[in-house]
Amino acid sequence: MREFALSKNKLIESKFKELEDFIDSLENKKAELIIVLHKAQEIFGYLPREVQQFVAKKLDIHTSKVYGVVSFYSFFTMTPQGEYPISICMGTACYVRDSEKVLDEFKRLLGITIGEVTDDGKFSINVLRCVGACGLAPVVMIGEKVYGRVTPEKVSKILKEYE
Amino acid sequence: MINITIDGKKISVEEGSTILEASHKVGIDIPTLCHLDLHDIKMVNKCASCRICVVEVEGRRNLAPACATPVHDNMIVKTNTLRVLNARKTVLELMLSDHPKDCLICPKSGNCELQDLAERFGIREVHYYDGEKSTYIKDYSTSIIRDMDKCVMCRRCETMCNSVQTVGALSGVNRGFNAVVSPAFEEKLENSVCTHCGQCVAVCPVGALTEKENIWSVVDALVNKNKVVVVQTAPAVRAALGEEFGLEAGSLVTGKMVAALRRLGFDYVFDTDFAADLTIMEEGAELLDRLERYIEGDESVKLPMLTSCCPGWVNFLESQFPDLLDIPSSAKSPQQMFGSIAKSYFAQKLFIPREKMVVVSVMPCLAKKFEASREEFKVKGNPDVDISISTRELAHLIKIANIDFNDLEEEDFDKPLGESTGAAVIFGATGGVIEAATRTVYELFTGKKLEKIDFEELRGIEGIRCASIKINDMDINIGIASGLGNARKLLEEIRSGNPRNLHAIEIMACPGGCIGGGGQPYHHGNIEILKKRADAIYTEDKNKPIRKSHENPYIKEIYQKFLWEPLSEKSHHLLHTSYSPKQKV
Amino acid sequence: MNKVRSIDDLKNIKNEVRSKNAKGDLTIIKVAMATCSIAAGAKNIMDSLINEIDKHNLENVIVIKTGCMGYCYAEPTVEVSINGKEDVVFGYVDEDSARNIVQNYIKNGEEIEGVISNKDSKQMKIVLRNCGSIDPENIDEYIAVDGYEALGKALFRMGDDGVIDEIKKSGLRGRGGGGFPTGLKWEYARKNKADQKYVICNADEGDPGAFMDRSILEGDPHSIVEAMAICGYAIGASEGKVYIRAEYPLAIKRLQKAIKDAREYGLLGKDIMGSGFDFDIDIKYGAGAFVCGEETALIHSIEGERGEPTTKPPFPAESGLWGKPTNVNNVETFANIPAILLNGGDWFNKIGTERSKGTKVFALAGKINNVGLIEVPMGTTLREVIFDIGGGIVNNKRFKAVQTGGPSGGCLTEIDLDTPIDFENLIQRGSMMGSGGMIVMDEEDCMPSVAKFYLEFIEDESCGKCTPCRIGTKRLYEILEKVTTGRAAMEDLDQLRVLSDVIKDTALCGLGQTAPNPILSTLSTFWDEYEDHVKYGKCTAGKCNALLKYRIIKSKCVGCTLCSRVCPTSAIVGRPKQAHVIEQTKCIKCGACMDKCKFYAIKKD
Ligand SMILES: Cc1cc2nc3c(=O)[nH]c(=O)nc-3n(C[C@H](O)[C@H](O)[C@H](O)COP(=O)(O)O)c2cc1C
Ligand code: SF4
Ligand code: SF4
Ligand code: SF4
Ligand code: SF4
Ligand code: SF4
Ligand code: SF4
Ligand code: SF4
Ligand code: SF4
Ligand code: FES
Ligand code: FES
Ligand code: FES
Repeated sequence: MREFALSKNKLIESKFKELEDFIDSLENKKAELIIVLHKAQEIFGYLPREVQQFVAKKLDIHTSKVYGVVSFYSFFTMTPQGEYPISICMGTACYVRDSEKVLDEFKRLLGITIGEVTDDGKFSINVLRCVGACGLAPVVMIGEKVYGRVTPEKVSKILKEYE
Repeated sequence: MINITIDGKKISVEEGSTILEASHKVGIDIPTLCHLDLHDIKMVNKCASCRICVVEVEGRRNLAPACATPVHDNMIVKTNTLRVLNARKTVLELMLSDHPKDCLICPKSGNCELQDLAERFGIREVHYYDGEKSTYIKDYSTSIIRDMDKCVMCRRCETMCNSVQTVGALSGVNRGFNAVVSPAFEEKLENSVCTHCGQCVAVCPVGALTEKENIWSVVDALVNKNKVVVVQTAPAVRAALGEEFGLEAGSLVTGKMVAALRRLGFDYVFDTDFAADLTIMEEGAELLDRLERYIEGDESVKLPMLTSCCPGWVNFLESQFPDLLDIPSSAKSPQQMFGSIAKSYFAQKLFIPREKMVVVSVMPCLAKKFEASREEFKVKGNPDVDISISTRELAHLIKIANIDFNDLEEEDFDKPLGESTGAAVIFGATGGVIEAATRTVYELFTGKKLEKIDFEELRGIEGIRCASIKINDMDINIGIASGLGNARKLLEEIRSGNPRNLHAIEIMACPGGCIGGGGQPYHHGNIEILKKRADAIYTEDKNKPIRKSHENPYIKEIYQKFLWEPLSEKSHHLLHTSYSPKQKV
Repeated sequence: MNKVRSIDDLKNIKNEVRSKNAKGDLTIIKVAMATCSIAAGAKNIMDSLINEIDKHNLENVIVIKTGCMGYCYAEPTVEVSINGKEDVVFGYVDEDSARNIVQNYIKNGEEIEGVISNKDSKQMKIVLRNCGSIDPENIDEYIAVDGYEALGKALFRMGDDGVIDEIKKSGLRGRGGGGFPTGLKWEYARKNKADQKYVICNADEGDPGAFMDRSILEGDPHSIVEAMAICGYAIGASEGKVYIRAEYPLAIKRLQKAIKDAREYGLLGKDIMGSGFDFDIDIKYGAGAFVCGEETALIHSIEGERGEPTTKPPFPAESGLWGKPTNVNNVETFANIPAILLNGGDWFNKIGTERSKGTKVFALAGKINNVGLIEVPMGTTLREVIFDIGGGIVNNKRFKAVQTGGPSGGCLTEIDLDTPIDFENLIQRGSMMGSGGMIVMDEEDCMPSVAKFYLEFIEDESCGKCTPCRIGTKRLYEILEKVTTGRAAMEDLDQLRVLSDVIKDTALCGLGQTAPNPILSTLSTFWDEYEDHVKYGKCTAGKCNALLKYRIIKSKCVGCTLCSRVCPTSAIVGRPKQAHVIEQTKCIKCGACMDKCKFYAIKKD
C-alpha cells in the first residue's frame, strides 16, 4: 500500500479529538475496531499510519492488528481520495451491461486509473462490487450519489456537474 | 469416549480429539504443515489453512482437515484413498507453484517441512509454475531474516508472536493472493515491536523466517592472523548441540563442544557461564541492597526487582512497558558482561588493545545478535561482542569444518574466563537465574551455609510459577515467568499494585527459558525435547564441584584484582547498563 | 407514545391507524424510494407530485414513500390507488408525467399512458408483502398490516417450543444460499445451554447482482426487527446483531429508525410487551469483503477481526460470537418468519415444491427486459420467470444462459428453461440457488469470459487463508486468461477441471468450495465455446478482444476517413475517397472505428 503522512496542525488536532471522543463513547472498545475505523475514515477521509497508531493505542490493541484489519477490508484506504470519489460498479449485473466501457471512459477523460487521484485532487477512481442498484446497471457512484444507466456518452455530462 | 474407524482400524478416543490425534494413536501418519501443537507452552496452531492433512470422512461432501476436525461417534475416516492423495498432491503443487525453488541456497534446506513434503509426495513437476508469484522485499534485521516469498501462510509465527508471546509484532495483512504475515504497515521487523526473541523462527516450517547467519564472519575472523578470537558459549547450548549430530535430546556435550571449538581455531574457548556467575554477583548484590533498604523502610526502593539477563525480555520491556523501566536490575546480560570483561580485563592480561580481540558468542538465542549490536555495548564503535551465532550455526560450522563431532575427546574450557559453577549452568532453564541468585543471596544475607542447594520449587516448565523462600526471618517471594505472554501477566500484576507482594522476578522471553531459545536446533513440534534439555542442565549443575557463584575462585579473583566489589564504580561502568523507552509500531 | 404493554395495546394501535387511513375516499400515491429509485430521480418526482396536488388543491390525495415495488427497470415508479379503481403502477415517471398523473388520471379521471403493470399473477408476495406498499419509516403503518402480531403471538400464546415447531412445520429453509432448514437450526441453538446467546441477521448481501436483502431492509425493516426478536425468544437469546454492508446507507438509515421506533414502542428492549422477555438489536457494519457473508467470517468481523473464516465444526450454534451459541440467518429468511407464525406453518408448507417450501425472491438483472425484484413460489419454472415475468431478452436477442447463485453458482441454459426452480433442482443442474440473483445472458456473452469474470471476483475476494483458494483460484483465473487470449492448449482445459475438483474438495470455507462452480458449469454446458477459443482461436460471441480482428471490407469502404480520425492508435491508413486498411499490429481492438463507420464497412471476427 502506498502511504501518505499527515502534517500536524490545528485542524488535524481537532480531528483526532473528534475521533477520541467517539472512541471514549464506546463500551466494549476492543471489539469496536471496525466501527472505529469507519469513523476515522469518515473524519480524515483516509487512514494514514498516524491514525491507525492512534486507534491502536486508544483501543489497547497492537498496531499490527489494526493494519491487518485495514488492509483486509477494501472499504478502508491508506491513500487520500479525491474530493469527489468516483466508484464504478463492476458487479455482475453492471459488468454484463458493459460497465467496463464506462470505466474506460472515466479513465480516459480524467487521465487517471483505478486507485489514483487527479492532480487537482478533485476526482479519484475506484471500482466496487455492486451497490445493489443492479436494476439501473451500469451504476456509478460519486460520493454518496448514485447514477444509474450510465453509458460512456453520459460520462462527460456527469463530470460537468462537478466543475 | 468416542468410537471411530480409521482406515479400517477401530479405536476409542477422548471426546474432543481431532482426527489427527486419533490417527496418531493407531500409528497412521497423516502429513501436516500448518498444524503445530505445543500444548505445554500453550501454543496450538489450529488454523487449518494448508489443507495438506485432508482425509475422507464418510457422509461428508468434501474432504476434512484431519488436524482441526473433531471426531464424532461412529465416524468412518479414510486417510489414503486416491481422492485424498490426489487432493494432497495438487494442494502441494499449488503451494510450490508460488514458492521459489531455492533449496540449494536456502537456510532451511534439510530442516524444511515443505521440502520434506515435496520429497515424500515425489513431486517431480509443478503444474501452474508459470503463474504469478508472490514477491516481497527480503527484510533483514540484526537477528532475523524475513523472506516472505517462501511463506506458506501457516500462521504459526503469528500465533506464536501474538498468542504466546503477546508481542503483537506480526499480523496477517492484505487478503487473497497478496495475503502475507507482516509487521504493521509492512514495516521492517527492526522498526516493529519485535523483541527478536526468535520464537517465530523456531516454529516457521519453511525458510520464510530464519536467523541472520554470521557463520562466514566467524570464519573471516578465524583466518585473520591479526586477531585474537575468543569464544564464549551460553549454558543452554551444551544441552542441545548434540541433537544436530544425531544424539538423543538432552545429551550433554560440553566437553565435545569445547574440543570442537578448539579445532575450529578459536584462540580461547571460554564460557558465558563465567559471566553468569558474575551476573549473580552483581544482580544478587543489587537485590540484597534493595531488600535491605526495603526492610529499613526506604519507600523509594523499587520492588520487585526483575532480572535483566534476557535481551528479548529487555526489548519487550522497552517497547511495551516503558513505565516500568526502573524496576529491572541494571546488570547486563551474561553475554555482554563477558564481552565487556574479555575486552578489558582479559585484553589487558594479554597486553593487546580491545580492537585486536574478536569476541564470538555462541547462543541459543537470536535476541543476542541484536543485543550485541546495541550502541550501549560499544566502546568507540567497537562492540564488546563482535559476532553472535546460534547453536544451529555452531553445528553448521562444525560440519563445514568436517569435524567428526561424536568422535571428539572431551576437553575443558580455558582459564580464567572458562571456569564456572552449577549456578551459572542453570541459567539456561527457566527459574535457573533466580535459583542461582537465591543460593548466593541466601549465604551473603544470612552468613550461613546453604544446606539444601536444589530449589525444586523454582523449577518446571509451567509458564508462571511463584514460591516463597525463607531467608532469616523474611519470606522472599519469588515470581518466575517464561514466555513473554506470561511475563505480560506478571507485569500487569505489578502495575496493578503487586498483590502477591513479589520481591524478585525472573523473566525469560522464550517459553521454557533459553533451552527453548530461537537459536536452538529445531524441535519440529516435539516439546518433550525441551524437557530433556532442562534435565540435562540440572544434571550438569549437580555434577559441578562448585554450585554457588560466589564460590567460583576466578570470580573471587576478578573482584580482588579488577572489579573490587559488586556494584563498585568499575562494576557499574563495565557490568551495568540502563534502559530507555523505544517507540515502535 | 405509551409503550405497548400487551397484545391489546398493539391491536389498539392497529385499529387506530387503519381507521385513520380508511377515512373517506382517500387517493394514495406511493412513490418508490429505494436507493435505485432515488438514483433514478424519485425525490424530484415526489416533489412534483406534491406541488401538483397543492396546485390543484386536491384534499383527499396523499403521497407516501415506500420501498421498491419491484419494477426496477422502470424507475422512478409510482403507484396510485383510487377508491373504487384498481391500483395501477406508472413507470419511467418524469416531472411531466408526474403532473399528468395528478391532473389527468387523478383529478380528471382520464386513462393515461405510462401504466406498466397491474398486479402480476405469477408472483406471490410473502417476503415482499410490505415492500412498496407501506412507508418503511413509519412503525404505525407496519403495525397496521399486522406488524409485531407474530411476536405477540409467539410471546403469549406459542412458547419457545411452539415457535420452533411451527417453523419446522413450515419447512422454511435458509435463503442465504445454503438452504439449511431454519427450524432445525433454531432448535440446535436453543439446545446449547449458555449464559448468553446471540441472533445475527446476515445482511452482508455480497453477491453482485442480488439486491433483495437491501430491498427488504429499505422497504420493510420492521419485519426483520420483529423476526429477530421472535428468534431471540425461541432460542433464548437477548441480543441481536445485524451485520450489514457499508455500501447500503439507506438500508442502514431505515433499519436504525426501525430499531429506535420499536424500542420506543416497547417492542424491543426490556420486558417486551410486558412479557418479561428482553431483546435488543444493534447494527454492525461490513467494510467491503465478500467473504464476510460467510457466517464464521462474519462473526470474526463483528468481533473486530479480519474476516477470515474458521473451519466448521464447531458451528456457530455451538460456538459463535464471543464463543457463545449464535444463530445466523439471512434477511430474507427472517422476513418469512412473521408471516409463518401468523398464517401457520401448514399454510407455508403448502406453497412450493416437495423439499423447497414457500416463495423465493429473485433479482433479475443482465440482458432481461424487466430488470427487477420478483417473488414467486418455489417450483416456478425459469421460463416463467424470464419470459413471462421478466419480459424476455433485451432487444429480442437470443437467450443464452442465466447465471444463478452468483459467484458460487453456475449457468443454466435453454434446456433448463422448464425446470421448476428449487434448491435441489438447481444443484442437480450444476448451479445453485444462492441468494437469488439471476443474471441473464444473451448470444453476445462469451461463457469463458463470464467464468473468468467470476474467478477474477473470487480471486479478489478470497481471504487468502487456505492454500487451495489463495493460490488455486489465482491459477484458475490465469488459465482462463490464457483461454480468452488464445494462449491456452487443450491440456489447460484438463488442468482447469482437475484443479477445480480439488479446490472444491479441499477449500476451507464455502467461498473456495464453490469458487470453481462457474467454471465447471460452463465447461460442461459450453464445452464447444472453450474448444473454439483454444483450438481455433475464435470467440463466437465476439467478446474476447485478443481473439478479434477488425477488418475493413474494401468493397464497402468509401474512404470517408471518419474511422482513421477516431482511431486512438492511428492504426487506420488510407487516402480520402479510397478504401482504408487497418494495420493489425497497431490495432488495440477498441472498436471505436466500427462504431463510427456509417457504411458498415468495418467488420470484426
Ligand atoms: C462466501 C460466502 C458468502 C456468503 N454470503 C452471504 C450473504 O451475503 N448473505 C447471507 O445471508 N448469507 C451468505 N452466506 C451464507 C452464510 O454463511 C450463512 O449460511 C447464512 O447467512 C445462513 O442463513 P440462512 O440459514 O438463513 O440462509 C455466504 C456464504 C459464503 C460461503
Ligand atoms: S523453504 Fe524449504 S522448500 Fe523452500 S526453498 Fe527453502 S528449503 Fe526449499
Ligand atoms: S538435488 Fe538435484 S537439483 Fe538439487 S542439487 Fe542435487 S542434483 Fe541439483
Ligand atoms: S522474534 Fe519474537 S517478537 Fe519478533 S516477531 Fe518473532 S516471535 Fe514476535
Ligand atoms: S512466515 Fe513461516 S511461520 Fe509465518 S506464516 Fe509464513 S511460513 Fe508460517
Ligand atoms: S530466553 Fe534465552 S534464548 Fe530466549 S530470548 Fe531470552 S536469552 Fe534469548
Ligand atoms: S476458501 Fe478462500 S475465502 Fe475461504 S478460508 Fe480459504 S482462502 Fe479464505
Ligand atoms: S469510416 Fe468506414 S467508410 Fe469511412 S473510411 Fe472508415 S471504413 Fe471506410
Ligand atoms: S479497433 Fe480501435 S484501435 Fe483498432 S483500428 Fe479500430 S479504432 Fe483503431
Ligand atoms: S452489479 Fe452493479 S449495482 Fe449490482
Ligand atoms: S495441517 Fe491440517 S490444514 Fe494444515
Ligand atoms: S427499484 Fe431498486 S430495488 Fe427495485
